[in-house]
Amino acid sequence: MSTLLEVSGVSVTFDGFRAINNLSFRIGEAELRAVIGPNGAGKTTFMDIVTGKTRPDEGRVLWGDKSQSLLKMSEARIAQAGIGRKFQKPTVFEDQTVQENLLMALKKPRSWLSVLGYRPVASDLARVEELAAEIGLVEALSRKSGELSHGQKQWLEIGMLLAQEPRLLLVDEPAAGMTPTEREHTTDILVRAAQTRAVVVVEHDMEFVRRLNCKVTVLHEGAVLAEGSLDHVTANQDVIDVYLGR
Amino acid sequence: MNRSFVAKNPSVLIFLACLAVFTLVVTILSEGFGIGVVSTSFVKTLGKTLCLCLIAVAMDLIWGFVGILSLGHFAFFGLGGYMIGMWLMYERTRLIVVESLSQSDIPPTAAEVTDAIGNQIFGVVGASEFPLIWVFADSLVLQLALVVLVPGLLALVFGWLAFRSRVTGVYLSILTQAMTLALALYLFQNDSGLRGNNGLSGLQNLPGVTASQDQVSLWFLWASAAALGAGYVLAAWLVWGKFGSVIRGIRDNEARVRFLGYSVESYKLAVFTLTACIAAIAGALYYPQAGIINPAEVAPIASIYLAVWVAIGGRGRLYGAVIGAAFVSLLSTWFTGGQAPDIPLGFYTIKWVDWWLVLLGVSFVLVTLFAPKGIGGLFDLITARRSPDRHGADLGPDDGALREQEAGR
Ligand SMILES: Nc1ncnc2c1ncn2[C@@H]1O[C@H](COP(=O)(O)OP(=O)(O)OP(=O)(O)O)[C@@H](O)[C@H]1O
Ligand SMILES: [Mg+2]
Repeated sequence: MSTLLEVSGVSVTFDGFRAINNLSFRIGEAELRAVIGPNGAGKTTFMDIVTGKTRPDEGRVLWGDKSQSLLKMSEARIAQAGIGRKFQKPTVFEDQTVQENLLMALKKPRSWLSVLGYRPVASDLARVEELAAEIGLVEALSRKSGELSHGQKQWLEIGMLLAQEPRLLLVDEPAAGMTPTEREHTTDILVRAAQTRAVVVVEHDMEFVRRLNCKVTVLHEGAVLAEGSLDHVTANQDVIDVYLGR
Repeated sequence: MNRSFVAKNPSVLIFLACLAVFTLVVTILSEGFGIGVVSTSFVKTLGKTLCLCLIAVAMDLIWGFVGILSLGHFAFFGLGGYMIGMWLMYERTRLIVVESLSQSDIPPTAAEVTDAIGNQIFGVVGASEFPLIWVFADSLVLQLALVVLVPGLLALVFGWLAFRSRVTGVYLSILTQAMTLALALYLFQNDSGLRGNNGLSGLQNLPGVTASQDQVSLWFLWASAAALGAGYVLAAWLVWGKFGSVIRGIRDNEARVRFLGYSVESYKLAVFTLTACIAAIAGALYYPQAGIINPAEVAPIASIYLAVWVAIGGRGRLYGAVIGAAFVSLLSTWFTGGQAPDIPLGFYTIKWVDWWLVLLGVSFVLVTLFAPKGIGGLFDLITARRSPDRHGADLGPDDGALREQEAGR
């Protein structure tokens, strides 16, 4: 499998505290990967680095077939290159309707001049409908997204992520605040998405991770502690000590 | 502009209709028309108020829709005024000089005329040479171009530096205050080339126009109304489509917009520069009606008033900004013009000239605390626009984000 994203030897220090410590990680095209680890392990910080929000002190982050470095690129450029991100706390544009949120995320030219002249054509609206159906928000299309429930916001954000048509999806705790049925639905969406693109899911819930049925990376103190199938890593003594045993 | 824009924004048509009716009624009642119920000086006040409404629309675009609390837009307004003022003053002085020199036996050379104009204009600051910045002052077309080019370029450079370094929130507001303060201090200098604290005067007299001020005041009223109408439609169109979606997104959560792949900085820069140009056009129409412009006009406090007007009118809705600017500035004229009756309390007499600012400040605080939708919120009672049912905090994490109470369903 060809490598889509390769992170090697990356370290980040916040006020003397090493949040990421010589981390290396790679993911291939159309791969589903779960990342687990105790609070403060650096999972979110890892996503911050890949998406350009946080600049690492050292290390390399290479992207795509041409092994382009992401470290010099702005957040917007990285997103345009094909990396989409869902935040830990659901962040949708609360003052705008579900439809407006999805339209904004739809893969279209992003420059202000082209946006100024943009009017949604029938195919765009159809695509939005389709996405809304997938995330169960067809009825809510014209509602302000601020009024949605916590779980619905999570879904809307996942829908926006799919609308971007990224090659890599970084999903931070997608199931937080969802009911068991909602969780199941979320797993389905992510597994389906991973058929055509790479997906990295950060999640604390072991049941959820088990259902994803994929390779698991365990982070601890900013570095990879173990990697492999869920059964393999949960049998690892280090993992039991720092994460599962508590 | 397509049909659905008008269909989806009926408030634009209502606004244009109100503006047209207002202009027509004032025109008919004016001295210039013959009825004379409305004095020429009041026509000028109303015309100036329309210009203030226009800059308030610009302020609402940048603050209410992009979330950037700029406290420097009066700098652009003032610069626009200076640019048109230079031509007005040059050309009128030239006509007077040519007229007076033509009395002499020998016809004056071009150099003599220029020297005489320079003496007339710059005598007050002890100079007579034309500073470099006046090179285009003899050309109306070029000075009109400079009305938008100079403030536009200043906004472009300032915005590029500020947005690129990701300065946001209070720090950006302070930076814009610093910019307008720096400009005011520069203009106050006698060798600024713009007559120091004397400023430019006599701007109400249009060179070569023999019509009375009764007429001229009407022309400016019409021009100001047309500019306000055009500016309003442009702003409404900008905030309507996907562009509006993106800038409102930037207001509430700019990091999220970035991760969607939009270059937040270029959007901010585009709107900041555009609003600076709108402010400059408003200023270029305002000062010929005011008759005089001096550096005090671009003092930092002026830009703060602008934010207060928009807040009192209700930000994030364009008509709110217009209402706020018109209401507060007219009220301010009334209070500070000495027309408001003093209130004798026995032990102390409240003189409004002194106390108006206190009243304004208190109203600002009260509106911010208890009626975040401002005066514009009253319209929600008619249109039954309800607040969203979210039981959450503000609509976004950013400083400029709409507060929950400001939003509508
Ligand atoms: N901007 C920052 N400044 C200072 N410290 C930070 C910053 N961002 C993260 N940290 C610290 O880095 C460490 C890793 O944080 P991170 O958010 O990546 O953890 P996480 O694995 O996502 O945890 P959780 O499971 O709680 O979401 C934490 O100790 C956190 O306090
Ligand atoms: Mg986290």
